[in-house]
Parts: sequence; structure tokens; C-alpha cells
Amino acid sequence: MTERLLTVRDLNVRYGKVEAVYRASLDVDRGTIVSVIGPNGAGKSTLLNALMGVLASRGTVEFCGSDMARLTVERRVSQGLCLVPETRELFAQMSVEDNLELGAFTRYRRGDKGIRQSLSEVFALFPRLEQRRTQFAGSLSGGERQMLALGRALMSQPTLLMLDEPSLGLAPLIVKEILHAISDLRSTGVSILLIEQNARAALQISDYGYVLENGEIALEGPSSDLANNPRIIESYLGIGGGEEAS
Amino acid sequence: MDSQTILILAQDGLTNGAIYVLLSVALILVFGVTRVVLIPQGEFVSYGALTLASMQLGAMPGTVWLLLIMAGIAAIMETYRLLSSGAGRELPRVLAMTLVPPVAIAALVKICIPMHLALGWQVLLAILIVTPLGPLVYRVAFRPLADASVLVLLIAAVATHFVLVGLGLLFFGAEGVRTPPFSDAQLTFGTLTVSGQSLWVYATSFVFISFLAWFFSRTLYGKALRAVAFNRNGARLVGISPHLAGTVTFAFAAAIGCLSGVLIGPITTLYYDSGFLIGLKGFVGAIVGGMASYPLAAAGAFMVGFLESFSSFWLSGYKDVIVFTIIIPILLWRSLSSIHYEEEE
Repeated sequence: MTERLLTVRDLNVRYGKVEAVYRASLDVDRGTIVSVIGPNGAGKSTLLNALMGVLASRGTVEFCGSDMARLTVERRVSQGLCLVPETRELFAQMSVEDNLELGAFTRYRRGDKGIRQSLSEVFALFPRLEQRRTQFAGSLSGGERQMLALGRALMSQPTLLMLDEPSLGLAPLIVKEILHAISDLRSTGVSILLIEQNARAALQISDYGYVLENGEIALEGPSSDLANNPRIIESYLGIGGGEEAS
Repeated sequence: MDSQTILILAQDGLTNGAIYVLLSVALILVFGVTRVVLIPQGEFVSYGALTLASMQLGAMPGTVWLLLIMAGIAAIMETYRLLSSGAGRELPRVLAMTLVPPVAIAALVKICIPMHLALGWQVLLAILIVTPLGPLVYRVAFRPLADASVLVLLIAAVATHFVLVGLGLLFFGAEGVRTPPFSDAQLTFGTLTVSGQSLWVYATSFVFISFLAWFFSRTLYGKALRAVAFNRNGARLVGISPHLAGTVTFAFAAAIGCLSGVLIGPITTLYYDSGFLIGLKGFVGAIVGGMASYPLAAAGAFMVGFLESFSSFWLSGYKDVIVFTIIIPILLWRSLSSIHYEEEE
């Protein structure tokens, strides 16, 4: 039986008078990849930022059975939530290795001794980062920055990894590499909530999907069902529907 | 000007420069992590010397009362914050962390003062009293404004400076103090005589700067503070609390200020308001470093020290004018030559 990891009920997020996310409800089970697709401006990034605590919200957010509503971003990180935002938010003037070590900051505070081992694992997943370990993050290419952002997130050993547009602005080959890496993460036990405009790729690697339109969940279902849904095909998977994941 | 005069002036410049280096490093650190231009940095300098002087006289330093009052205000603010955010469960722990250290320090000072401890112990006590004032100043004056613009934070810093100067006058009076030197030794190198106190200043600055360099480049906590300075949002997303980082940097700033105060206390007479000018000279050093580069700030701080020393020989009435006027060409140079890193694409 699958274990429920994240439960979101009736989540509302406002920017002033504008309701950016309205009564959004979604679930993520342990060990699964859940994708949220939708057009530009649908509220996808707002949804993730609210789940992370970066934006104020109303509604129920339960993670591992605990209410997260009043927790700060930092406390959510220590509980096992991790967000890789669209802007990546790397420490541009610090080395690749320092960025990765800082990803494990909450583990370090807990006295976790396995940080060097995790660093080796991230370097094994993204060998290019090991080659650039002493370089400033700001000097990396777009794809390498995305790898670093993912690697930094993995260093915290998250229970739920939330990825906002990981393929945005990257060359097709790099997108393929990043999406493969995300798909492989499932086998390590990390659950993933993935937001992607590249709907075809997102539905290919995820188990379950939600369609967010105008701030509301318009449709949901197993990813394979959504990929065959005529409305989804017409709106998101038609011509220009995105890159193939593999 | 003969060579001996040059050597004496250079020695003065080096001594003052070593102090300004400490202050400029503290200013850059605080600005980077919290975006606060710490105008009250100088007050920690004068509080350090005045606290030590009070203990030398066997009196309870006024800074102890200030510490207790500020801890009380911070406790009230924390109580309001936690109760209004529905996190009342955390109240006992937070109140204990806010109130217990200041009360324990006050009790320790009360016990130690009649014992007329050796100078070294009194210096440590002074640092123990003044250092927690930094986090408390941050909690009371700056944390509620953490998301405000740099300009608002600057205005708050100026206001805090005036409040702390006023409290300095209230607690210590208008009399100047000069504390005893750490060492009475006089070392002679050819025609040059170097005081033991100057050597203490050089050695302490060197050790402290080396410690800071090690802390920020080698430890994860140091890197975490730098991370907050580079990217606050990124730091939060890896679990580093900007408020905790602000608290730690203000503690560093207060400790550095206090250390500077007890180091120059034997060299120059310090009044309740003397710290402002000293802090501003550290600020000129920090400006040379673009409020970001520690090595450049250190070079700038030594430049200020030498400039001050030599201009006091030629044009003593204008020495401060010369030191502060140098900011204009420096700002022009920095604006034309600074490199901007792309934070994100």
C-alpha cells in the first residue's frame, strides 16, 4: 500500500487582490513522481513557492502527517521538503563544491556524518560537476547550473523534491540528461513534485499528473491517461508540445 | 621630515590601520548578510573601552544594565511574535535563550568586580558583556525591518547610533577614559621605538583576521554566512535562516568593536561618542572594498590609517577632512572598475 507523503487541500494564494492559486488540492505518494502541467501564468510556480513557505497561503498542507502551515522555509527544509526554483538561486560567487556542501547545511547541523558520501554520489550522478568542483557557480553553463541546483537539493537528502521547470532554457540534449537524472531519482526513494511546461516530457517520467489552469486544478489522473486525453493532446501535446524525454 | 619622523608616523598609521581593518571587516560582514550599513559599529568600540574602564574602577559597567534592558525588550518582542503567529509552544525555549545568557553574564560580572581581576580577565569580561549587545540590537532594531529597503535599514542604523550614543552618555557620563596598556614594554629597533601596546594591536588584529579568514573559507557555518550575503533566497532554500545569520554577524560586529575599543583604549582617550569617528574610518576602508571585498577593505583601512597619521603631522586640523574626502575618488574608481557577477540567468 502506498504511503501518502504530501496532502494539499483547498490551497489559496493571493497576490494582492489577484487569486493566483484557487482551492488547489493535490497528493503526492512516497516514491512517486507527480507532475503539474499547465500554460504560462497558470500559477504553477506560485503553487510550489506556497508549498515551500516562500509565499503566504491559506489552506491545508500536510507533509508526512504534520501540518506545515506555520513553519518557515528553513523548518520545512529540515523536515525534508526541498525546492529547486526556476531561478535556481545558486550562490554564484562560491565554488561548485561549496554550493553542494551548503545543500547539506541542515544535515550538518544535525551532526550527520554522511555528507562526503553524498557529495560523491552527486558527483557520480553529474560527473561534469566534479570536473568543475572548484569553479564559481556563476561561471557554469545553463545546463551545469541546473545540474548543480539539482545536486545541491539532493545533498539535503529530501523526502520530497519539488522541481520548478528544470528544463527551462536548456538545450535539448541537456534536457534529456536532466530528465533522465530526475527519472532515476525515483529508484533512490526520493519523491518528486515536478512542474514543467514541457508537458510531454513531464507526463512521460511521472506517475500521476495534474493540469493547472487559471490557478485551479482543471484535470488530474495517472500520467499515461492524461497523455492520451484528447483535451491534453490538443492543448499541451500537439504541435510544439515539447521535447521527448528519451 | 626626517626618516625617524616618517617611521613614527608609519607606526601610528599601522596601529590605527590595524584597528580600522577589524572594523571594516565587521562592516562588510554585517552589510553582506543583513544589508545594514552598521553606523552604530563605533558605539561597540566606545562601549568596550568604557566597560573596561568601569571595571578598572571597581564599578558595575552601565553596559550590563543596557544588556538586561535590551534582553527584556527582546523578550517582549519575541513573546508578541510567537503568540501572534500561533507558535506559543516555542515560547519557553525562546525566552530562555533570550534572557538566561544576559542574566548569567550580569551575575558573573557582579561576582567578579569586587575580585579586582587581572587586566586580561577584565578584557574577556568586557567582551562577554558587549558581544551579546550586537544580537540584541539586531533583534530589537533591525530584525523587524529585515525585508525593508537598504535606505530604510540605513535610517534605522542612524537612529540606533543616536540612541546608543545617548545611552552611552547616560550610563558612562561625559568623562573620557584611558585604560591601562596590556604591556608596558618598549622595544627599540635602531632609532625606532615600538610600544608593547602597538604590538598587541598588530598581533590581535592579525590573529582575529586570520581566524575570520579561516572561519569563512573553511567552516560550513562561515560559508553559510557568506551564502546569505550572496543570495538570501538561495540560503533559505537550503535551510539557512537569515535571522540566525543576522544574529551571528551582529555578535561578530559587537565582539570586533569591543576588541577594538579595549585595544585602542590605552592609546587614545575615548569618550561616550568617540566611537562614531573611529567606526566611520573603518567604513572608508569598507568602501574601498566596495562593501564586499575583505582584502581590498583591509588595504583601504591601512591606507586610512597612514593617511590619518601623515595628515595629522602636516595638517592636523584637517586630518578627518582629508580621510573622509578620499571617499569621493574611491567611489568614482569603484563605480568604473567594479565587476558584476551574474547572479542567475
